[in-house]
Amino acid sequence: MIEISQVCKTFRRREAVVEALRDFNLTIHQREIVAVIGPSGCGKSTLLNMIAGIYPPSKGQILYKGTRVSDLNTDVGYMTQKDNLLPWRSVRDNIAFPLELAGMARSERDDHAEKIIKAVGLDGFQTRFPNELSGGMRKRVSLARMIVYGAETALLDEPFAALDAQLKLAMHGLLLQLAAENKQTVIFVTHDLMEAVTLADRVIVCTRRPAMIALEQKISLARPRDVLNVRFTNQFKEHYDALWDRLRIEYQEEKV
Amino acid sequence: MTSLERQIDQPDTSSPSEAGGVAMVLWQTLLGIAVLFAWQGASGRLVDNFFISNPIDVGRRLFEWTRDGSIFIHLWATIYATMAGFIIGSVLGGALGIWLGVSPFVSRLLNPYLNALNALPKVALAPLFVLWFGLGIESKIALAAALVLFLVFLNTFAGVRQVDQDLIDIARLMKATRMQVITKVIVPSAMSWMFAGLRVSVPYALIGAVIGEMVASNKGLGYLVQFSGAQFDTAGVFAVLIVIALLAVALNFLVDAVQNHLEQWRFTSR
Repeated sequence: MIEISQVCKTFRRREAVVEALRDFNLTIHQREIVAVIGPSGCGKSTLLNMIAGIYPPSKGQILYKGTRVSDLNTDVGYMTQKDNLLPWRSVRDNIAFPLELAGMARSERDDHAEKIIKAVGLDGFQTRFPNELSGGMRKRVSLARMIVYGAETALLDEPFAALDAQLKLAMHGLLLQLAAENKQTVIFVTHDLMEAVTLADRVIVCTRRPAMIALEQKISLARPRDVLNVRFTNQFKEHYDALWDRLRIEYQEEKV
Repeated sequence: MTSLERQIDQPDTSSPSEAGGVAMVLWQTLLGIAVLFAWQGASGRLVDNFFISNPIDVGRRLFEWTRDGSIFIHLWATIYATMAGFIIGSVLGGALGIWLGVSPFVSRLLNPYLNALNALPKVALAPLFVLWFGLGIESKIALAAALVLFLVFLNTFAGVRQVDQDLIDIARLMKATRMQVITKVIVPSAMSWMFAGLRVSVPYALIGAVIGEMVASNKGLGYLVQFSGAQFDTAGVFAVLIVIALLAVALNFLVDAVQNHLEQWRFTSR
């Protein structure tokens, strides 16, 4: 469904040239959940930005359902690394924002928002403003907004980074449940290998910048997965160890 | 007259604890009285009464104008021109700022001309406005509006250019139309900049109205100060200056009140 072929991305700012991605090839199928993992600043966010059409690749192309992504791709819901909430809107109005854009009546969109607010554990904070929330809460508002938008493909950039361990598990469960219910394709970027293996059908390990694919591994754990207990199975451990062996090299090289 | 001194200082002492409390107000009042006595004493002795008049004459003039009601006609003319100029100028300036802010091509195209217009002292336009709009209040409104327009425009434009591109992208990713991006992302984002522009432009609206009246008019405080000066009526000039200063202070209070109200709206609703 998403075909990324021979994609390179180079950023030029005055004298500095930064190569973020090199010869990146990846095909993502419908309803697949793909985790992209790699060292910080390796170009993972760049990949998501290009799938969302925020900027084009320097070389190569990205096809979305057979059509080249050349402008903002409104078929994707994108939860960016920065929460990008509208500071003058309350939690509820931020979450209902995509519905408001679609022209839904106030009472109806508030009902929708209310359900998601409960699901992400923000009940009681409906009328708060983003600057009154903690980092983890803002992340959840951003996640809720993306869920409300309900796109067929969800791009998530370190969606659970600022959350504590318990909340993280709850959000993992929510993500898997919603992806299954809404038949969504999900691509998420993470630093957390445990998270990647728990959630994904396939894990892509990236090299240090410029990002290339170092390893691609199918995760054969059965669905639906129990996000709480799946990590204690042998199968999980095998996947985890194999990925970690490769990932460790990237992190070690980074230190040198 | 001592109450005048207190009123002028009031914006600073709006929270008395900061400015030094009751004692400071007392000192400020004493200073005012001392200045008035010094003025009265110096007049006719150290300096010719012709040049500085004296507080008693000025007070008498103010009293006469108030009693026969003539000052209110002039005061109202100036208030009207200031308000109308402010409203027209800020609506046009805000609209222009938003339009150019979201149209990079047009803003680059017009850039040198806007810079030239902005560098031009707007009060120099007064004769032109008299030719276009006549001797009536319209030419005063036009001058006030011209001064306000540029201030509000520049602030709005800067505010619009300052809007976080990521917020625009995220809204467009959620299928926001161009109009929705403007009304739901850009304008609210630029709001605090626009307020800043509106705030600073209030005194300029008054300046525009008064200068317009000085250039050619038969009404308004600007006309009255000009007329008094031409009659060598120093007391009259001082009396009008005091009224203008009071009006400026009142306008500042009004702006503060409106701003507080709007900010409250901004943070509690929506």
